[in-house]
Amino acid sequence: MSDGENNGSADRIKAIKSTLRVVPDFPKPGMLFLDITTLLLDPKAFKDTIDLFVERYKQKDISVVAGIEARGFMFGPAIALAIGAKFVPLRKPKKLPGEVISEKYVLEYGTDCLEMHVGAVERGERALVVDDLVATGGTLCAAMNLLERAGAMVVECACVVEVPDLKGRERLRLHGTPLYVLIESQFEPTS
Amino acid sequence: MSATNSDQSVTDDRVARIASSIRVIPDFPKPGIMFQDITTMLLDPVAFKDTIDLFVERYREKDISVVAGVEARGFIFGPPIALALGAKFVPIRKPNKLPGAVISEEYSLEYGTDKMEMHVGAVQTGERVLIIDDLIATGGTLAAAIKLLERVGANVVECACVIELADLKGRDHLGDKPVFVLVSST
Repeated sequence: MSDGENNGSADRIKAIKSTLRVVPDFPKPGMLFLDITTLLLDPKAFKDTIDLFVERYKQKDISVVAGIEARGFMFGPAIALAIGAKFVPLRKPKKLPGEVISEKYVLEYGTDCLEMHVGAVERGERALVVDDLVATGGTLCAAMNLLERAGAMVVECACVVEVPDLKGRERLRLHGTPLYVLIESQFEPTS
Repeated sequence: MSATNSDQSVTDDRVARIASSIRVIPDFPKPGIMFQDITTMLLDPVAFKDTIDLFVERYREKDISVVAGVEARGFIFGPPIALALGAKFVPIRKPNKLPGAVISEEYSLEYGTDKMEMHVGAVQTGERVLIIDDLIATGGTLAAAIKLLERVGANVVECACVIELADLKGRDHLGDKPVFVLVSST
């Protein structure tokens, strides 16, 4: 049972899960891609998704919500607005115009890099990292490293979906930060 | 219905705070360009909330069923507006990001072209659509987004941006589509 089902939110979670779609052979043949854009087409499911996160975080003194480009931008700002926190975009290289700090991370093939503006986050702030999905946890770890290098404390990472068997949860446990997800995907392709 | 003096002055105060929260970065992405950085506005929860509220107040009675946001900064403003209006949010993305079947629209850049994509089936014929981006410059991106939505039979009611670079006259390049902005910059 995923985290989100524990507090009487089971009906909302079930409805949200039913809006997700699995797209086979994307980005490459043999792969399965979990598409959240269909969730965004259902206003009630989208609102419930945000509400579930807000209910969890509104009493936790979180002053920063960091969202990972680009699908983290679809969820993070609404959460930030509802809890009165700053929203900080974590972006691919060369997108942020001001002075940045960068964190490299490893992909299946090669490396990538995530950047954050200098000065966006202050020492001692309590932060939440938001993305649509957690798979290996590599991107979330890069995000947490950026925030911690700026002196923030990452209270939790929050995602709509977890892809199990890719060990993201274990990777975050090793980092020392809890992970909260609404849905654990089963990867049954929709018709 | 015209705003009373006090309504207008509340709106002016909100816009003033929003405008002052935006940071200008010289010589980004190239020398000579003054880049309007909205990330500093996102660090001011009051200014960010006011930004969203000003758009929602304008569109709440307009039967908007779709808010389309242009990647990537349109993804920051579009979803909160969609949520408040009870509308769908539809991301308009760079090529090869959307996993399902897409329709594409090519558009011109200063040098060369780029493409934007939208999922097939996201928007139905006749839906009333608001297009959101952080900024309008030449209007090229918004013009392409309008074309994409009209190709699926949507009715683009308006384009909405936080900032307009007035000297670039982007609003003249959108045909008959109106643009609403909060802050006009020269």
